[in-house]
Amino acid sequence: MLFVFLVSRGTVLASIDAYPFPNKELTDRYEELISELRCPQCLNTNLAGSDAMIAQDLRREVHRMLIEGKTNEEVLDFMYYRYGDFVLYNPRFDLKTLALWLSPFLLFILSGFIWLKTVRTEKETLPWEEEDEKKFNEILESRSD
Amino acid sequence: MSFQKSLFIPLAAFLAMTIFLGFGFQLENAKVLPSALIDKPLPNFQLRDLQSGQMLRSADDLIGEVALVNVWGTWCPNCVIEHPQLLKISREQNIKIFGINYRDNNVEAKKWLKKYKDPYAFSVSDDEGTLAIDLGVYGAPETFIIDKSGFIRKRHVGPVNAKVWKEELKPVVDYLRGLEE
Amino acid sequence: MIPELGNFSLMLALALSLGLAIFPALGVRTHNVVFMRTGSSLALGIFFFMLGSFFCLLHAFVNDDFTVSYVANNSNTALPLPYKISAIWGAHEGSFLLWTLIMSGWTLAVAVFNRSLTTDITARVLAVLGGLNVGFLAFLLFASNPFERSLPFHPQDGADLNPLLQDFGLIVHPPMLYMGYVGFAVPFALAIATLTAGRLDSAWARWSRPWTNAAWAFLTIGITLGSWWAYYELGWGGWWFWDAVENASFMPWLVGTALVHSLAASEKRGVFKSWTVLLAIAAFSLSLLGAFLVRSGVLTSVHAFAVDPLRGVFILVFLVLVVGGSLFLYAFRGGLSKNRANFSWQSREAFILSNNLLLVVSAAAILIGTLYPLFYEVVTGGAKISVGPPYFNAVFVPLMAVLFLFMIFSPFSKWGDTKLGLVLNENKWWILVVILGVVTTSYFFGNNVFFYGLLLKSLGALILFFLVKNLLQRVKNLSASYIGMFLAHSGIAVAIFGVVITTYYSEGKDVRMEPGDKLDLSGYQFEFFGVAKVRGPNYLADQGEILVTRDGKKVAVLRPEKRFYPVAQDVMTEAAMHVTPLRDLYIALGEPVGEKAWAVRVNVKPFVRWIWFGGLLIALGSFITLFDGRYRAMKEKAAKLFPLGVAT
Repeated sequence: MLFVFLVSRGTVLASIDAYPFPNKELTDRYEELISELRCPQCLNTNLAGSDAMIAQDLRREVHRMLIEGKTNEEVLDFMYYRYGDFVLYNPRFDLKTLALWLSPFLLFILSGFIWLKTVRTEKETLPWEEEDEKKFNEILESRSD
Repeated sequence: MSFQKSLFIPLAAFLAMTIFLGFGFQLENAKVLPSALIDKPLPNFQLRDLQSGQMLRSADDLIGEVALVNVWGTWCPNCVIEHPQLLKISREQNIKIFGINYRDNNVEAKKWLKKYKDPYAFSVSDDEGTLAIDLGVYGAPETFIIDKSGFIRKRHVGPVNAKVWKEELKPVVDYLRGLEE
Repeated sequence: MIPELGNFSLMLALALSLGLAIFPALGVRTHNVVFMRTGSSLALGIFFFMLGSFFCLLHAFVNDDFTVSYVANNSNTALPLPYKISAIWGAHEGSFLLWTLIMSGWTLAVAVFNRSLTTDITARVLAVLGGLNVGFLAFLLFASNPFERSLPFHPQDGADLNPLLQDFGLIVHPPMLYMGYVGFAVPFALAIATLTAGRLDSAWARWSRPWTNAAWAFLTIGITLGSWWAYYELGWGGWWFWDAVENASFMPWLVGTALVHSLAASEKRGVFKSWTVLLAIAAFSLSLLGAFLVRSGVLTSVHAFAVDPLRGVFILVFLVLVVGGSLFLYAFRGGLSKNRANFSWQSREAFILSNNLLLVVSAAAILIGTLYPLFYEVVTGGAKISVGPPYFNAVFVPLMAVLFLFMIFSPFSKWGDTKLGLVLNENKWWILVVILGVVTTSYFFGNNVFFYGLLLKSLGALILFFLVKNLLQRVKNLSASYIGMFLAHSGIAVAIFGVVITTYYSEGKDVRMEPGDKLDLSGYQFEFFGVAKVRGPNYLADQGEILVTRDGKKVAVLRPEKRFYPVAQDVMTEAAMHVTPLRDLYIALGEPVGEKAWAVRVNVKPFVRWIWFGGLLIALGSFITLFDGRYRAMKEKAAKLFPLGVAT
């Protein structure tokens, strides 16, 4: 973690705008959107966490679009058209991000294969009882001392 | 000694990662965000002219020849730094520079232009930063080159100095003008 | 004079480290026992001079010696004394001094508690640790010296410590984190020692375990504290951001978790030994990689240190030497012992294997997500992409859900083979009752029911249920390592509840409030009384006053602050909280929006404390395992040397 020395001071402060929304559904969508859009000017903060001028303006735009009845997808498109992949903390699934999205999945499958290859399905072994464990430990003790 | 190929996988993975880290380390302009609007038309807008304070300007007023569009504000220290270069360009290069006065106080902005002189064909007051957002701007100064049909062809983030003009902007302007002939 | 003394101390420590890297190894090569045994005294010397150097910097901070650039940049005469002390590790140079001091401490600990090891292996381990000390000290002296002076023109007063760091969290968070990062150097050194000696046996695993558990416990505390600090200090109530620097600490933790488990299997059953050695190398390598990411500026992060290319190059070269070198060694020597895979798919070994695979896949996924923007930029020549919390949550949480599923039955698992069908059959009604219990309580508490949340909560509840049931069955025969396992696994379950409930059921509002305004949220009423000016030791603040009531009864008066630090020219949000085990009331003050109106953020966060309580339980469990009978020999020795009981 090491939250030490902020390169750009004062950009991670709580940003509180108090935009009014007619209902909780819109409030929640607003919170969700400003938390997954990245502030284009800041080092690595979302719109919710930045007091930078551009972040304030973009929050205002998000608010405006939601009040106008735009969908989340339309808001994200608006940002994407202007600021590119950089503003989306949730990278879109396309050719550019194929490796990003698929590699954890492939690794998971691979690990499943490794697991199946390593364990024995047929019961060729007897269960290891507490008694055996004690004996095993005794042997170990005597060997290492 | 048993020799297993699979034991080399971690080493190979690590070396591959290190090569990327080494390259990544040498990346320049780490903080410059490339524009998503290159080769897209200038967004339309309806904003007041800064000097008159009355007249509404739109994108059509900017379109017609190769031109520079410069985003500036009195609050922006780098804008003062690049200003002499902009004056020089407007004087010597026979190219129009349009100003977008970004999130500023109109009275202050006019005073500022009087003090440092005005290189702009005209400036529009983008009080709320809406045009700036449409341009994908995230700070000031930023400078765009538009072609005669109003398409954005180049963007530069940060102050324009003699070097930037000579090496980055002027070649694009010359190229675009070459296309017209 | 004193700073020069500190600098000189560092040079002496470097010289002794060179000796430690060379002489014991030379002893091993020439079979010279005298040389092999030089390690202990050299380790003591290194620690002594590191401590001396640390006290010199402390002296400079306490006495406001602004001729030292590092002090001038990170302190101020008005800074309260505890923060002057913690400012030592408030920025790059000093924090690396602490890192190196801790490294020398672990080295000394190895030199002291080495009884169960042969002279030969001890010498090898100390030589590896000596080599690491050389690298860190060289970096400290030549690329980030905290004792550099700014004579003759030094500032009259210091620039002050970054206000974000003027806080209790920062006093304790970095030392704990470094104890963990650097602590992984010990199992690493031991892995290298056994690889070079060609003796990959169970004794090695047994010796590694307490060190690994100790380092891992410290890292757990460090991460937990960091999360808690971010929660209350950044003022927006988040507790984990998947920031690159957070990921840098989380990856070694995940791999360390895998290591803690696979060491158990290697020790008890002699399996996975080659794999365990690789994990030991990986855990420390990821710690070093984390240091590189944080200190080189290669990744942009809010939490990164100021950028200096020289430092980045230095760490990258060091990384290649240490990690590349050890993986090279592993490639040629790691296959020495053949695994005796002799366990069924439902044995404890198989459970541990699944734990290991899932944790390593998660760590790999986080590594890929963290580095992907960089790779992308390199490949495309400058195009940028962001990978943030939505990606990490989407990838990490399902993997964890599978891991938790395996965790449920782990207390009942047996080496070799488990009659899992029997356990399931015995408990099928209980399992049903637990799941139904989770579903009904969730239904009563929240207005929304989320499938994902229900799934995770059920897993957490089942983990707890089987843990307790197993505990009751063997309550007469409890070992320290069993209690440790019990606490650590319960900690995971507790943290699951915290994370899930606070994620799904937190309520929050950003509102404009004038004096007299009231707000209702989650059954609480918040009344705003206005804002007053107050003065702190080195700041001025606007302090809001908010009365919280529930059903007309007073709950608390909360006073969130917006602080201005004149020296640092910085504004800080200081959230006010009212805490009970079941929920936090969290209020932060925004900007003034009108004559007397202010923007105010009000949050009600149920169960948020459980996240950190869970983290502490995990760490406590891991510490308790150190007192297991098997390690008594080491404990006795520790008691003799340090009567007050210093942790190994």
